[in-house]
Parts: sequence; structure tokens; C-alpha cells
Amino acid sequence: MKRLALVAATLLLAACGQQGATTPSPTTAQQEPAIVFAAASLNTVFPAIADATYSFDGSSGLVDQLKGGALADVFASADKKNMDKAVDADLIDGDPVMFATNYLVLVTPADNPAGITGFDASLDGTKLVVCAADVPCGAATLKAAEANGLTLTPVSEEAKVTDVLGKVTAGEADAGLVYATDAAGAGDKVTVFDVPGAKDDPNTYWIGIVKGAPNKARADAFIATVTGEGQAKLAAAGFGPPR
Amino acid sequence: MPEPLTLDVTVAARGVRIALDAAPGEIVALVGPNGAGKSTAIQLVAGALRPDEGSVTIGGAGVADARVFVPANRRRIGYLEQRALLFPHLSVLDNVAYGPRARGVPRAEALARAASELDAVGLAGFGSRRPHSLSGGQAQRVAIARALAFDPDVVLLDEPFAALDAATTPGLRRLLRDRLQGLTTLLVTHDPLDVLVLADRVVALEAGQVAATGRVDEVFQRPPSAFLADFVGLNLLRGTLDPGGAVRLEDGPLVAGMSESPLALGPARAVFPPDAVSLFRTPPHGSPRNELPAIVAAVEDRGLVQRVSLLVAGQRIHADVTSAALSELVLAEGDVVVAVVKATQVTLYPAAADDRRAAGEDRPVVGPFKTE
Amino acid sequence: MTTGLGYPKWALAPMALALALLALPLLGLLLRADWARLPALLMSERALAALRLSLGTCLIATVIVLILGIPTALVLARSRGRWATAARTLVTVPMVLPPVVAGLALLTTLGRRGLLGRHLSALGVEIGFTTTAVIIAQVFVALPFLVVSLEGALRSSGQDYERAASYLGASPTRTLLTVTLPMAAPALASGTALSFARALGEFGATLTFAGSLQGVTRTLPLEIYLLRESDSDLALALAVVLLAVAGLVVWLATHFRAWGSHA
Repeated sequence: MKRLALVAATLLLAACGQQGATTPSPTTAQQEPAIVFAAASLNTVFPAIADATYSFDGSSGLVDQLKGGALADVFASADKKNMDKAVDADLIDGDPVMFATNYLVLVTPADNPAGITGFDASLDGTKLVVCAADVPCGAATLKAAEANGLTLTPVSEEAKVTDVLGKVTAGEADAGLVYATDAAGAGDKVTVFDVPGAKDDPNTYWIGIVKGAPNKARADAFIATVTGEGQAKLAAAGFGPPR
Repeated sequence: MPEPLTLDVTVAARGVRIALDAAPGEIVALVGPNGAGKSTAIQLVAGALRPDEGSVTIGGAGVADARVFVPANRRRIGYLEQRALLFPHLSVLDNVAYGPRARGVPRAEALARAASELDAVGLAGFGSRRPHSLSGGQAQRVAIARALAFDPDVVLLDEPFAALDAATTPGLRRLLRDRLQGLTTLLVTHDPLDVLVLADRVVALEAGQVAATGRVDEVFQRPPSAFLADFVGLNLLRGTLDPGGAVRLEDGPLVAGMSESPLALGPARAVFPPDAVSLFRTPPHGSPRNELPAIVAAVEDRGLVQRVSLLVAGQRIHADVTSAALSELVLAEGDVVVAVVKATQVTLYPAAADDRRAAGEDRPVVGPFKTE
Repeated sequence: MTTGLGYPKWALAPMALALALLALPLLGLLLRADWARLPALLMSERALAALRLSLGTCLIATVIVLILGIPTALVLARSRGRWATAARTLVTVPMVLPPVVAGLALLTTLGRRGLLGRHLSALGVEIGFTTTAVIIAQVFVALPFLVVSLEGALRSSGQDYERAASYLGASPTRTLLTVTLPMAAPALASGTALSFARALGEFGATLTFAGSLQGVTRTLPLEIYLLRESDSDLALALAVVLLAVAGLVVWLATHFRAWGSHA
């Protein structure tokens, strides 16, 4: 009986102690991680580089949120256009810096059921899925097609590059145009083809401190990590170096 | 002519074993305590219930037995319930035309028939009304018109007046009496007046079986079972309507009373409750009261009252008198007394349908018939 | 009219908060919209294509919902026992399923490599990226709304009138068409309106299963989602249209229900 009571008391204490440990105390505000608004394509690599409170979404959606007064320390955009928008809207403190590049590749399901040979006429009549022209990857897709003299007839124009990839890995689509990083993330579920010229005109990734950042010191530290030791992990995830 | 309706069935789950039938044009009243099997009998005829054993025939054709089951919509049953159940989204005329339309009668013809049925229930001109604008009595009249508009083989009346107020009921009863002429009918009721006005024959069900059956007048005068005696609870004297508006019994005495509707000359009935009868040794001479010579047949102690059975012009009636009054009279079986009934407590009705049709000719009685 | 029990006065405070929570975002949307340019925005080719596609697919989906849903509701309302309970649960599940899950479910079943889609694909029938896929997704999410509201009405109305119709000689089909459905008209109408509204708002399943191509699979919600990235004015304009149609449909649905309670 006594032993049982002892065990119960210990468990209770342990439970209380655990609870105490997880309850944040107001005095530790300095140790709170930075709040980072980052483009959706960074959603696996950023957490591997540094701890932070992340919010991943399309770059333009994030700009809208910042315009609406959302609280953030750092904004990382997947293209120059949206970073420019943020700067124009006076949302960024100081000058943003480029920290990575990304370029389009063509992916097919691993078994390439439509027998596609590359970013060429073999895409005609296949179920090709691309990003809509409204989003950065779609704009890049249009540019690549033009540069290669191709007229694409996609069966779907998605709002997110992840939706393009999803339809290819599910086998719904015969082919899709995604970023090299997406292709790297999909591993052996997809077969990757180069898009000629894409590497020469890559998409640029920019990062900056949000004006009125509640935790500016942390924001500085985060950006330093991304542009410094984080570069190796970005490269491993398929990103190109900044130019 | 085949029997329009026969029923010889077992429904084990409800403990029901019923055998009954109806002659062409006959109106059979089904009475009995709650749970005696009246609703089961109606459901078996209507097609809402399939018997475990036995068979149901309508117009000589089997509609339910071990091999056959004709669903309700393919039987020709005019079914009238407590509630009128008029379709609220249809006009009165479309409600009445529903049966003929469902049975393939062309629209124009069905509407014409419906209009004439509405006329027959006294609701000509109500055709375009919506059911919710009708009174309870009017709705039930429409339901009667609707149930009869497709010439049913058998009519089922399941306590058709139970949901109506007392003032509406006599008129509807009279209407049904007219409209059911020649239609084989099964009537379930708890009201002896329904039986008196509408039925030719009474079948009493008890505990899922036919306990007694008899012609209406016989049942009223000599209830063949305790249940029927309680159920009836009324005296009935048969005679002939006199030009003066009273009923003359066979041996001469006249019974004056009130009637629900004008009566035709010919066979008629006078009905009054036992507690409306007082007994005297000598005529008390006070009009306007009916004074009927009577012979005491029996005296039964019923606690608060004494029930005296009497023979008036050879017909049996009962008088409920207090013990005090009875001890003053010192009655014995065979004594001659005067039974006095106020005219205001007597209701006059036309005679039973078969009496009028056959003028007293005896008709076969079906089923077990207990005599005293 | 009897007087009700009333309510404690403090109940007004949470209610005001609830109304604010529900109404303010809608108000915010309406205030942000560029009303002066609204007609011009809505006449753009993109807006028209999305509107046309949404209304067209929703109408077809609603008709299919009625064809499948009415008999389903009838059978469920008239059935008891374990299999009926199971079927009822099954019918209700898509109502509470996250739309993306619904899309994944459709994809893994009807997709090119799906359970059924594989065999359809072998026969040369491919549903993905077609308007048919949009309609299937809409039916999938909208059907429960009709079935649930109609079944409830049929169950509570009882069968007395139907029995009366059968005694009058009506076959089960005739009874259904001339008595059951007309008498359930208010519930049927409100269920239809809700189904239409649900189909109109369908987003996740369409995005996952059907794709997004102007005039083919890009319905209003998908177009709004995409325009958010580039032309937020047009996105807001289309959102206002969607809000207006949804408001109208919900108003109709409650109107029909009120009509039912007064009949």
C-alpha cells in the first residue's frame, strides 16, 4: 500500500515537473526563436538550417499577410518580384540579400509512362502540368518555353509548384515543370530532365528583416546563418548558390 | 355471387385467430375491447399486414394466403380512418380524384367523378379549396368522397368519427349511411350509436377471436356476451313509425321520442338508456311520458343500482333503478309493471337496413352465436 | 402564440461576440472590394470563364445529387437496423471530411493509378483534369447535404399519407412522386439549395483531383485562390460574387424551411 502511494506521488511530481518545464515563462522572451515568413519551397530546408517559428506560404500570400500587419522578424521570398513588392510597401528594414537560386526542371513519374525524352516536342499530347502564369514558377515556365521555342498545352495550371509535383508523383500527370529543389525532394519517385537554359536564368531567393521586427537581434542571427553555414544544406536540397 | 369478403387467418405475433365474412352490401360492425384484434382484422383486409396462416379473399379472389399477397394499392379498398389524411398539397377536388387517377382513369373523367362525389357528400363548390381551410367535419366528408370515388370492392371504416366533435357526428353518420348503400363494409367502432345507425350485423372480438356475432337488433336486445351487454348499454324497441311521429310497437303501445333526422314511415326503432326508465305498479299519468306495460323477467343486483330485465311487447329492455325504489315496489319475476320513459330521452332511428330490405325476413347468421 | 421561456440576459454578450466573429470578416471582405471597378473586373475573360464553369458544373452536380440523393434519403428514412445505420454514417462522412482528404480519396480511387481509375484508364476513360472530375468532386461533397436534410424530413413526417395513397391505389413510385416528395418539398428545396451552395464552394477536392485550367477545371474558388497571387482586386471581386450567391442560396434555404413550417 505504502509503495503504491509512493509511486503515485512520484508520478504526480514528475507530471507537475514536466508541465512546469513546457510552460514558457515571460522572462525568457529573449530566447524565443525568430518568426520567419518563408516561401513554401523552403519548408524542408529552413527548419534543417535553424530553429525558428516558421510560416510557409506562397511568396505573394506572405506579402499580403505582412501588408495586413502580420507580426514577423524575417521574410524570405522565392523571387525578386515579391521581395520588391515588400520593399515598395515599406515592409523591409534595410536591403534584402540574395541567398539562393533555383531553376526549373522537367519531371515525369519514375516509370515515365508517356515516354518523354526531355523538354521538347515529346511533350505534345501528353498530360503536362505546370504552374499558372500568375505565380513565379509559372512565369519561369513561360520564359523557358519561349526560349526553347515550345508551345505548351498543359492540362492543368496549378497555383503551387507542390501541386504540380503532387500530380506527377501520383501518376495523374505525365510530366510537370517544377524547381530542381522539388525534384530533389521527390527523390526516386520522379525522373528528372534538364530544361535547357533554365540554369542560366534562375529564380532568385531573397531574404530581409521585416520592419518593426519584434526580435531584430534574432532576425540578424537567422539571416547570418542562412547566408553562412546554411549554404551547404541549401545546396544539398537542390538550390543553386546566389549569384 | 361470390362472397365479397372472407377472412380466415392467424397472426401469431398478435395472438389473433379470426374467421369472419360479409355478405354483398352488408355492413359488419367489429367491436371489442382494445387489443382484441379489430385493427389487425382491418389491416389484414387493407393489405397492411400479411397473415401467418389462412387466407383473405375479396370478391372471391384470394388477396393473401401462403402463396399470394396482393399489396394494398392493388386491392380496391375504400379506407376511412379517424383522421381524414387529405393530401395538404392538393386541392379538395384533386384529393377526391386521386383514387381514380391512381387507377388509370383519364384526368377529365376522374375530375368529373370527383366533382359528383363531392356533391354527394354535400360539398359541391369546395373543389378548389385547400384541405387546411376545411373544418374537421368537412375534411372527413372529403375523405368519404375520396374513399368511395373509385368504386371500392370493400369499405373499411376505422373509428371514422372518433376525432370529430359530438355536434358533427350525427350528420356524418347519416351521410355515411346513405353513401354506403350496397357497399360491403367493415366498421370498427367504440360507439353503439355507430352500430345502431350504420351496421347490419355485429361481430364482437375478444382476445383475438370472434366471441359473438349477431344481427344488430338482436344484439341490442339480448347481448350474447358480457362485453356486448356493456358495449350496447342502451334499450332498443322495434316497431313501425306512426303518422304521428311515434313508434308503434307490435301490441299497440306508442313510444314517442326525438330523431336526428326526418324519418320515413315504416319500420323504425326507439332507443333509450336503462337509467331513463322508471317503474310503477300503476300508471302515474303524467305526460309527455311514454307509459309501457311490461313484465318483469329478472332482477340483478349491480351494487349501486338494480338492473331489472323487462319484456315490453315481447321485446327485452332493461331498467336501472335504485335499491330504495326497488324495495318499495317489491318486484318478483312475472309481475306486471308500467315502465315510464320521458320522450326527451328517447331517440328514434330508422330500422336496420336488412329489416327495411327484407321486411323481417330472416337472414342467415354466420359464426358462433351464443344465446342466453 | 405562447411566450417562450426567455433567456438569461448575459447570453446576449456571447451572442454579440459570435455575430461579430461571423459578420466582421464578411464585412471586411466587402469593404476591401473595389466596387467601382467591380463590373469591369467581373466582365473579364477569366472571371466569366470561372463563373460559367462554376455555375454550369454546379447545376449538373445538383441534378446528379437529386437523382442519387432522393432515393437514398427515402431508403434510409424507411430502413432500420445495422446496415442502415452504417449507410447513414457513410453518407454523412464526406460532410465532415477535410476537402483535401476528399480530393485524395477521389484521386486514389478514380485517379489514373487508382483503384477504379486503373481499369477505366485501360478502357481509355481518364477522368483526371476533365470537367467530369470537377463534377464528381462536387457531387461527392454536396450529396450528403441533400440526403441528410431530406432523410430527416421524411423520417419525421411519418408514413400516414403514403399509406392513404396506397389504399387509394397508388403504386410505390406514384406515391413517391405525388405524395412523399411534394409533401417534403420544403426540405427538398432547402437541401437542394444547400447542396448547390456546397458544390459552388467546393475547392480542396477539385484542386487535388481535377487540377486547374481556365474554362475546364478552374472553378470560382480555384480562380480566387490563384488570383490571390497576382490580382487581388479580381480575387476580391470574385469573392464578393461567391459571397452573394452563397447568401442568396442560404436565404432561399431558410425561406423554404420557413415555408415548410407554415404549411
